[in-house]
Amino acid sequence: MKSHSHAFLSPRDMIGFALLAAMIFVVFPLLLEPFRLNLFGKYLTYAFVAVGLVLCWGVGGILSLGQGVFFGLGGYCMAMFLKLEASSPENTAIQSTPGIPDFMDWNQLSALPWWWEPFNSFAFTLIAVIAVPVVFSYIIGVAMFRRRVGGVYFAIITQAIAAILTILIIGQQGFTGGVNGITDLRTLHGWDIRTDAAKTTLYFVNGVLLFAVLLAAQFVRRSKLGRLLIAMRDQEDRVRFSGYDVANFKIFVFCLGAAFAAIGGAMFTLQVGFMSPSFVGIVPSIEMVIFAAVGGRLSILGAVWGTLLVNWAKTSFSESFPELWLLGLGALFIAVVMAFPNGLAGVWAEKIEPRLLKLTRRGDKPLPNATPAE
Amino acid sequence: MLDMTNPKYVLMVEGLTVSFDGFKAVNDLSFYVEPNECRVIIGPNGAGKTTVLDLICGRTRATSGNVAFKGADLLKMREDQIVHAGVGRKFQTPSVYEDLSVFANLELSFPKGHGVFGALFFKRDDAVKARIEEIAEMIFLSDHLSQKAAFLSHGQKQWLEIGMLLIQDPELLMLDEPVAGMSVAERKKTAELLNRIIADRSVIVIEHDMGFVADIATRVTVLHQGKVLSEGSMEHVQNDPRVVEVYLGH
Repeated sequence: MKSHSHAFLSPRDMIGFALLAAMIFVVFPLLLEPFRLNLFGKYLTYAFVAVGLVLCWGVGGILSLGQGVFFGLGGYCMAMFLKLEASSPENTAIQSTPGIPDFMDWNQLSALPWWWEPFNSFAFTLIAVIAVPVVFSYIIGVAMFRRRVGGVYFAIITQAIAAILTILIIGQQGFTGGVNGITDLRTLHGWDIRTDAAKTTLYFVNGVLLFAVLLAAQFVRRSKLGRLLIAMRDQEDRVRFSGYDVANFKIFVFCLGAAFAAIGGAMFTLQVGFMSPSFVGIVPSIEMVIFAAVGGRLSILGAVWGTLLVNWAKTSFSESFPELWLLGLGALFIAVVMAFPNGLAGVWAEKIEPRLLKLTRRGDKPLPNATPAE
Repeated sequence: MLDMTNPKYVLMVEGLTVSFDGFKAVNDLSFYVEPNECRVIIGPNGAGKTTVLDLICGRTRATSGNVAFKGADLLKMREDQIVHAGVGRKFQTPSVYEDLSVFANLELSFPKGHGVFGALFFKRDDAVKARIEEIAEMIFLSDHLSQKAAFLSHGQKQWLEIGMLLIQDPELLMLDEPVAGMSVAERKKTAELLNRIIADRSVIVIEHDMGFVADIATRVTVLHQGKVLSEGSMEHVQNDPRVVEVYLGH
């Protein structure tokens, strides 16, 4: 019966988790100077989105091209808190209205908008980071999935939402900081987040949160709900006529993906020190899908590796050939879809792992008479 | 208005009509299914057989008419609610979850943990395992439990889907061409299986294979152009000249 036992982590999963943990918590911090480490911390915030996409898209078959929306909402919530803290009356004494964020002053606002007020509270902000994107995704989910909108139509609508939100943020400059976003963030409860030490600490916090999200994703995958998502992807009607309200499950996984993305967005703001509409729109949303696809859309660990690899390549290439990068990214996506539909994780499972196993077995051969394992 | 709670019938279909852009695929159809009855629906292609099942299980919405299942008005219910009321439906092409094991296929059909959080925290306890093994034995798949459903033969997939319905223990089971595409040996086994599972529930079967129909039918309804052409015992239907003309004659 062992074949149908679904242990939370199989030995293979455990090796995968351990490998990634070693990389994130030991190898990167030891090898990389603070600037590069911060850069990798930024990449890892995208991994939150990619892990959510594995559940939504890879497992559940729901392709969202608007995950940047949730990444951005989480990031903006965090940025609003940090901006308010950076806009104390002393810091903003030269403004015509001291005590409000600088971009509001530039846009002739003379008082803090009411919906900014609660973001003075850190506790509220932490709740809002998750709650705002989740409520928003819930509304989208109910509106779409209850009406049985799916597949390409859903993807297009999420993309439209990403475009609309970008336009809204840019247009409402006085309230949102417009195209520049919310910048010049300084301290978190008096703790200067711009120093190398703070950035290293935030990198580790980010790593721990990423593992919390990975374990949550693993729990979902291993649960009956995880198998239901696969079933829905392949035979939605059969699931429906087995007594499940399919829409509820889609809404759930879409909200979960949004929550993951939002955590990533908030950690992005903290580590990078700003949030802008360029992380909300269509291009970043599609890039995030590419990260998941390159890593392997069925593998949560693959999604993290894919995110790291693509972003590392992006930074390296765009430092030397900035104009070629987007073409390179497009080519990479096409290559992965055509040649390796299961991404890095697929290459690992199909090509590398069997060879490693073969090698270890060959290593055993010279000792045929060694004491067999009892 | 008819009495929707007549205990003599499990399922009452009255004046059922569905119109697709003016084309009436099912037209003022009425029939009644008794407890423990095996009703076989036959008829030429396009007679509306599959549409009738779609209407009963909520996949297609009726234009007018009534469908009452043990007093419940099925036309006002969502698909999953109809399932919970006790109506199971097997599709014409085998609909199994190819990427999952046979065990997982049956497990997902086990009538527990249908809510989001119920599914998230669903425990694969001994009762679940025992029930799955019991069903697997009935559908001849005991040795295939850990196999991916994609690797089953066509006939085995049909059995698996029947098993997925059985585990729900529906009071009314609707099967759309359960022996289509099966080998002779598989057909025999399936007839045997169906004879066992229809014993304590009502069944509606759509089938073309007349030998198979004769094997399992309590009563036969012949559909033609969305209407009942003839209804009665196998013998009665086979000797009905209108049935011979539109369906059996060729």
